[in-house]
Amino acid sequence: MNWLETFRSAGEAVRAHRMRSILTMLGIVIGIASVILTVGFGQGAQKQVKDEISALGSNLLIIAPGSSTDSGGMRGGFGSAQTLTTEDAAAIADSDVVPDAAKVAPTTSSSASLTAGETNWTTSVVGTTTSWIDVRTRDLAAGRFFTDAEVTRGADVVVLGPDTANELFARGSPVGQTVSVGGRQLTVIGVLDSSGASSSGTSEDDEAVVPISTAKSLTGSTSTSVSTIYVEAASADTLSAAYQEIDNLLLTRHAVSSDDADFTISTQDSLVETANSTNETLTVLLTGIAAISLLVGGVGVMNIMLVSVTERIREIGLRKALGATPTVIGRQFLVEASMLGLAGGLVGVLIGVVGSWVLPPLIDQPVTLSVLATAGAIATSLALGVGFGVYPAGRAARLTPIDALRSE
Amino acid sequence: MSAIIELDGIRKTYRSGSIEFEALCGVDTTVNTGEYVAVVGPSGSGKSTLMNILGCLDNPTEGHYLLAGEDVSAMTEAHLAEVRNRRIGFVFQQFNLLASLPAWRNVELPLVYAGVPRSERRERAVAALERVGLGDRTENRPGELSGGQQQRVAVARALVTEPAMILADEPTGNLDSRSTADVLELLDELHASGRTIVLITHEHEVAARAERNLVIRDGQIVSDNPTARAGALV
Repeated sequence: MNWLETFRSAGEAVRAHRMRSILTMLGIVIGIASVILTVGFGQGAQKQVKDEISALGSNLLIIAPGSSTDSGGMRGGFGSAQTLTTEDAAAIADSDVVPDAAKVAPTTSSSASLTAGETNWTTSVVGTTTSWIDVRTRDLAAGRFFTDAEVTRGADVVVLGPDTANELFARGSPVGQTVSVGGRQLTVIGVLDSSGASSSGTSEDDEAVVPISTAKSLTGSTSTSVSTIYVEAASADTLSAAYQEIDNLLLTRHAVSSDDADFTISTQDSLVETANSTNETLTVLLTGIAAISLLVGGVGVMNIMLVSVTERIREIGLRKALGATPTVIGRQFLVEASMLGLAGGLVGVLIGVVGSWVLPPLIDQPVTLSVLATAGAIATSLALGVGFGVYPAGRAARLTPIDALRSE
Repeated sequence: MSAIIELDGIRKTYRSGSIEFEALCGVDTTVNTGEYVAVVGPSGSGKSTLMNILGCLDNPTEGHYLLAGEDVSAMTEAHLAEVRNRRIGFVFQQFNLLASLPAWRNVELPLVYAGVPRSERRERAVAALERVGLGDRTENRPGELSGGQQQRVAVARALVTEPAMILADEPTGNLDSRSTADVLELLDELHASGRTIVLITHEHEVAARAERNLVIRDGQIVSDNPTARAGALV
């Protein structure tokens, strides 16, 4: 009996017990679909983070207060301390000290409620300098950004993110209108273009940007501390030089050794890495759970195949009496199990693919289908079928024809 | 006449724990090509054990069994499967048809294991069904056929490989008297056309249809006589 006949015969057996075959496959289907979707979510999340960080610009250095040991483990105080000041920013901007820094944008951030007419909207108020729009590689959808003169005098002007503008001014152009923040009237002079980092919209598109001096007076703060200093290196090639220069400058200014650094300089790459390592851990964990469910599915296949061997014991006996060798019988059961596994895998992949179209809008999370994971899933389902088919197939092959024929 | 079956000192011992049970204790006999032999005996006589050994479904513990000149007494399971496929056509009491397959697919099964190409298999299966008078039932599943018809499908399956011997184990045990007569008639016809038939039965009326009766009791052949029909059929 050749392989073609074996496949035909196994296919007939699978079809003859349709309901049972479907239920057997279900375990594999669920396992494969969840593996594909989990990996898809993981990769989608990584891509999203990467896109968002890429949108920051590749020459960007981000200096935050506090310290972190490395990209993996963070030490306390990161981002919360007040060790960075506008003076630090000014020093970095000095082209003699840090020749490789092209633009510097010190930034403060706080949350505030904005009022336009009857409409209230709470968003993050970013105080910064004119360089911000270039350093953060943002564009204006309407109006203009504020000028150095407006920064110097703490003018009552604001540039709104596109989402913020929509929330506050549902109709008409926001430019020229007035927004009230903590009782102070700010004139909207511009609206930012969407950062385009992700379809789902992030805080990048919901913010109000004001001159840093205006931000200070809004919060009533007299300190010169800032929450972040964004620095754009002259080019991607000088990024590491700029990093070194700023590191040395700030260590000197703060009079600390590099071991006790009270600030952290991140690059786009290190940010991507940090974000992804968290994502990866989660993805590995979820994939592990999905893999266990896949394993359970495989055990299900074995279970049903064993039942099938017992139930079809007379058929096996007959086939043997008619000349089927143990090898042929074993092979048929193995092929049957593999077919169940593979069919389950293919259906699982189908559900995974459909899920990757249907789910993202519902759960507001991107899903990136991985060709590798999909191919791997199909191969795994086949391997599960073969692996868990071996034992039942062996049982079927070892049945003696008389015992098999005798059984009722 | 050449011998198709030669049994020489066949013994079969079953062991269950420490208890040994000798189902066959020295069976010697010869069946020639074209003979119609009935093996008769009450249940527990060793009849089924003999049938298993004759059918190459089991190896004897001792002794030699030559089937068409080939010693099959110590063959491996895989080798025995091949001998069964080539040399023996089985007819069982329970018909043993696969319910999910139409009649012709049941009949072609031995040819599948013999590696006969698909197109030839169908042709031969249909021819065998015509031979047993079921040429118009090739597409029917066993469930759509009467008991007698099902057994005739089984006989067609036994015939399809042109085996050296047809081994029928209580072929009428599950049939009413009309179907019994039907199937026995068919076996007579096959015998008349020169086939070797070994029939296992406990019914004397059925055994009387053969031309030679081997009576077995307590694992031994106690009588080996031609019946009244001996010679009449040939």
